[in-house]
Amino acid sequence: MTLPPVLILGGRSDIGLACAHAFAAKGHPVQLAARNAAALQPEATDLGLRHAVPVSTHEFDVLDTAGHAAFLDALPAAPGIVVCAIGMMGAQEASEIDFAAAAQVMRSNFEAPAAILGLVANRMEALGSGTIVGISSVAGDRGRATNYVYGSAKAGFTAFLSGLRNRLAQTGVHVVTVKPGFVATRMTAGMDLPARLTAQPEELGAAVVTAVIRKRNVIYVRPVWALVMAIIRTIPEPVFKRLKL
Amino acid sequence: MILSGWGRFPRVDCRVTRPRTEAELQALVAEGALIARGNGRSYGDAALSAQGTVDMRGFSRMLSFDAATGQLVAEAGVLLSDIIAAFLPRGWFPLVTPGTKFVTLGGMIAADVHGKNHHKDGSMAASVDWVEVMDGDGVVQRASATQNAELFGYTIGGMGLTGIILRAALRLRPVQSGWIVQETLPAPDLARAMALFEASGNATYSVAWIDCLASGDSLGRSLVMLGEHAAPADLDNRRRARPFVTPPKRRLSVPFDAPGFALNRYSVGAFNALYWRRGRRAAGRSLVDWDSYFYPLDGIGHWNRIYGRKGFAQFQCVLPLAASEPGLRALLAEIAASGQGSFLAVLKRFGAQDSRFSFPMEGYTLALDFPVTPATLALMDRLDAVTLDHGGRFYLAKDARMSAATLHRADPRLPAFLAMRAAEGRARSFASALSERLDL
Ligand SMILES: Cc1cc2nc3c(=O)[nH]c(=O)nc-3n(C[C@H](O)[C@H](O)[C@H](O)COP(=O)(O)OP(=O)(O)OC[C@H]3O[C@@H](n4cnc5c(N)ncnc54)[C@H](O)[C@@H]3O)c2cc1C
Repeated sequence: MTLPPVLILGGRSDIGLACAHAFAAKGHPVQLAARNAAALQPEATDLGLRHAVPVSTHEFDVLDTAGHAAFLDALPAAPGIVVCAIGMMGAQEASEIDFAAAAQVMRSNFEAPAAILGLVANRMEALGSGTIVGISSVAGDRGRATNYVYGSAKAGFTAFLSGLRNRLAQTGVHVVTVKPGFVATRMTAGMDLPARLTAQPEELGAAVVTAVIRKRNVIYVRPVWALVMAIIRTIPEPVFKRLKL
Repeated sequence: MILSGWGRFPRVDCRVTRPRTEAELQALVAEGALIARGNGRSYGDAALSAQGTVDMRGFSRMLSFDAATGQLVAEAGVLLSDIIAAFLPRGWFPLVTPGTKFVTLGGMIAADVHGKNHHKDGSMAASVDWVEVMDGDGVVQRASATQNAELFGYTIGGMGLTGIILRAALRLRPVQSGWIVQETLPAPDLARAMALFEASGNATYSVAWIDCLASGDSLGRSLVMLGEHAAPADLDNRRRARPFVTPPKRRLSVPFDAPGFALNRYSVGAFNALYWRRGRRAAGRSLVDWDSYFYPLDGIGHWNRIYGRKGFAQFQCVLPLAASEPGLRALLAEIAASGQGSFLAVLKRFGAQDSRFSFPMEGYTLALDFPVTPATLALMDRLDAVTLDHGGRFYLAKDARMSAATLHRADPRLPAFLAMRAAEGRARSFASALSERLDL
C-alpha cells in the first residue's frame, strides 16, 4: 500500500524538517516547500536516503498569496497530509515602533498560512479526505507583554484552525492544531530554556505523526504544557496585567 | 557548559558551539584553537576543550549512497545508529563498529575505532574511502589513500587533532539478515582463551569477556564469543520471511548515580563469578539479534551512572603478539592482586595493521573499566608500566589519566605526528584537554 504524500510548508525550518523525517520514517513520500527551494536539495537527499521514500522540493513563498493556487496545481501529486510549519517570531520591540514590522509578523504567522490552508481545505473537502496540520503556538493562548504581536497572530491562526476543523468535521477532512511549547531549534538557540519544558525536534515530529494517526484535535508536544497554559489562562486579568511575563 | 566524556571524568567547563554550515565553522576556526566533538562517547577528555568545543551534530545529513558498492557519503555528525536504521533493512551493515551505536561518523574516524572483527577486516580505516577535512585556515581538503595521503593517514586515528572532518565516504558490507549466529566457548584460563582465539582466525567476530578477579590456576578464565552474520539457512521460517526484522529492545535506564559503596570487590567478584557460571552453562550456539549482539549496553540508558558521581576511567592497551601472553598474565595478576575488579573486562585479538598514528597493532587488546578512586588511579599507573615493559600502547579514545611521559615512551610514531601537526599550524588551531595533557 502506498501512503499519500506529505506536503511540508516551511520545509527548511527545524520543525518542518522534523515532521518530514517522522512522516518519511513511516513511509510517506515528502514534498518540501520553501523559499529558495534549490538550496533544500541536501535535506531532500538526506530524507530520501534515510527513509527510502521519494522526496521533491518546491519553490514556495507563503506571502505571495496570489501564487498559492498555482503552487498547489504544480505539485506532482495531491498531498494527503499538509503540514504548515511556517512561522516568524520577529522582534517584539521592532513590532512596537514599526507597524510594517508588526504586519510582517502577523501576515507570516496568520494571514498567509490561513490563505494557503484555506485553499488546501477546499481541495481536500472536494476529495473527501485529507489531514491539515497547523503548527501554532502556546504564545497564542494569552497575549503577553513580551511577544503579543507574534502571540496575537498565532491566536488568530489557532482560531482559524479550530474553525476549519469545525467546518470540515463531517467531510472526512481532519485538522490538527499543534502548540509546540519550547522546542530546541535554531529559532531558540542561545535562549535559556527550562529542560523539562523543552522538546527536541524529533519528539515534536513523533507527536505530530501520532496526532495525525489518532485524529487528535489539539496537542501540546509535551503534556506539561497543557497544565502550564491552563494555569496561565485562568489567572484573572487584573492580576495578569501586573505580572512581568 | 560542564562537559565530560562517557566516563564522566574529567569534567571540564567548555565553551560549546554548534555550527550548522561550513561558513559558520570557518568563522569559528578563525577565532582560535578548538576541538571537534561527536556524540561524546569517548571515555575521557578527547572531545573536551575549555576554549572551544565544536559540537558536530549539526552536520548530520546523508549525502549519497551507491547500492552497487555499498558506499555511503555522509556528514561527520551522522550517528551510526541512524546509518544502521537506514541501511540494515536494505541489506547493509557497517564493516567496523564499536560496542555502542551512539557514535558519530566523525568520532569513529578520528578514533579509528575497531570492532570484534579487527583480526579479519581491520579497523575503521579499512572502510573509509575518503574524508574531507577543514584546516586552521578554514580550507577544506579531500584526503584519501591516493590524494593528500599524509593528511588521510593522520586524520584516521588522529583524535581530531589534524582538523575537522566534515564529510566522509564509508563502505558498508552486504548482509543477508539482522541476526548473528553466536557461539560461546568457555576457557578456564588465559592459555586456553588465547588458544581459542588463535584457532578461530576465520570467525568474522570474536571477543572474550574475562573474569579479571580470578587468580591462580583460573587467571584469565573467560568466555570466548564467536559470531557470524546469519544466512537465510540459519534462520527459522518465520525469521527467514523477514530477515531484517528483529525485536525492538526494551529500554532500561539507570535513573541516578549509584552510591560509591555499590561497587566493591565483593559485588564485582560476585557478578563476575555469576556471569562466568551462567556463560559456561549457556555455552554453545545461539541466534542473537544485531542490536543485542553488538550493542548490549545501549539497551541501558545512562549505564555510566552505575559507577557513581566520581565517574570511571577505562584502561585499554594493546600488546604486540609475541609479548601478549606474558604481558596479559602480568596485567591480570596485577589486577587480581589489587582486588579492584572491573565489571567489563574485554579481550580481543587484533590482526595486522599499519597506520600512522592510530591505536591497533597485531596482538591482544585488553579493556577494563574502573571507578575513579585514588586506588584505581594508582593501579592504572602500574598497568601502564606493565604495558610499556611489554612494548604495548594505549587507546586515546578511552584514556583520561595517562601521563605524557608514558605516552611518549609507548609510541615511537609520536615525533612524526607532532611534526605533521606543527608543519601547517594545525597544532595552533586544534587542541583538546587530551592533547594538552599528553603534549600532543
Ligand atoms: C559503550 C562503549 C563501547 C565502546 N566500544 C568501543 C569499541 O569496541 N571499539 C572502539 O574502538 N571504541 C569503542 N568505544 C569508543 C568510541 O567508539 C569512540 O570513542 C568514538 O570515537 C566515539 O565517537 P563520538 O562520535 O562519540 O566522538 P567523541 O567522543 O565526541 O569524540 C571522539 C574523538 O573524535 C574527535 N572527533 C569527533 N568528531 C570529529 C570530527 N567531525 N572531526 C574531527 N574529529 C572529530 C574528537 O575530537 C575526539 O578526539 C566505545 C565507547 C563506549 C561508550
